[in-house]
Amino acid sequence: MMSNAEIWAIIVALGIGTFMIRFSFLGLIGDRRLPRLLERLLHYLPVAVLPALVTPLVLAPEATDGAFDPARALAATAALAVGAWKQSAIWAIIAGLSVLFLGLALLG
Amino acid sequence: MPRNADKTAFMQGLRLTLPFNLVIVPFALLFGVLAGEAGWDAVMALAMSVVVVAGASQFAALQLIQDNAPFIVVVLTGMAVNLRMAMYSAALVLHLGPAPLWQRALAAYVLTDQTYAIGVRHYELNPSMTPREKVLFFGGSALAIVPIWNLFTVIGAVAGRAIPPEFGLDFAAPITFIALFAPLLRSVPHLAAALVSICAALLFGFLPYNLWLILAAVLAMIAGVVVESLLERRA
Repeated sequence: MMSNAEIWAIIVALGIGTFMIRFSFLGLIGDRRLPRLLERLLHYLPVAVLPALVTPLVLAPEATDGAFDPARALAATAALAVGAWKQSAIWAIIAGLSVLFLGLALLG
Repeated sequence: MPRNADKTAFMQGLRLTLPFNLVIVPFALLFGVLAGEAGWDAVMALAMSVVVVAGASQFAALQLIQDNAPFIVVVLTGMAVNLRMAMYSAALVLHLGPAPLWQRALAAYVLTDQTYAIGVRHYELNPSMTPREKVLFFGGSALAIVPIWNLFTVIGAVAGRAIPPEFGLDFAAPITFIALFAPLLRSVPHLAAALVSICAALLFGFLPYNLWLILAAVLAMIAGVVVESLLERRA
């Protein structure tokens, strides 16, 4: 078991570390423009990083010890389809949660 | 007196982000419950949420602390999980760069997947926004979720009762992320980037320290720009 002091030290260090990561470009570059190519690349960042982030969580959820789970996969598909169709985050969340709870109740 | 446009920007940020609490609440509860199960008191769990403000990093660090991993491993892994935020930070320079340093520091503190993705989407849809309005929008967006994240961490830690996995609380995170990118899949380059992102995650998932995620993001961004250029040339 780790002591409370050690855990507090981790909390502080991790807080500083993650802040430095988030402050990095915003803090250092400020009002100067990034190179045009970099700006064009970063335009696609949300659709470049989030689908990758989600893929393992959907296909191999930790809650099922990495086993494929039809309810979770269906919920993800519903959130994606409805979110893209309605162009709306809130509808994606509602669809995803509804199908998740329905799926877990019926299939789980 | 604040200008009307400023107030509108702040309220819009707040309003567009509030619905995300549908998934922030269960996710924060889950973190609090797990911290409670690990023997943390509510103050410690709250401190983690307030100081780190990053779900994925917090879960990773909590797990490693449970496993008795060395200090440096816990901190570096927690940071690696959050490395994508450096890219978010770069992407926000275009919008928040002109703001004063203290405002950029505050924005960095509340920079999350949600505030970033909701912010840039709104900025791109409303190109006439001033830097000041963009900062206020960002602040409203953060205020909609960060206090809730902290509050429900505490509630989870105090309630402390294990929430059965059949409730599917774990799945709040992927649903939020999908909700953040699904509405952006409007153009062929965006679709291409998302497709490459998923394929790269599957191909390079074995890479450690979240390197797979950074690699997938870089490849997908390149795919987006390449497809965009190809389409422009054809047009």
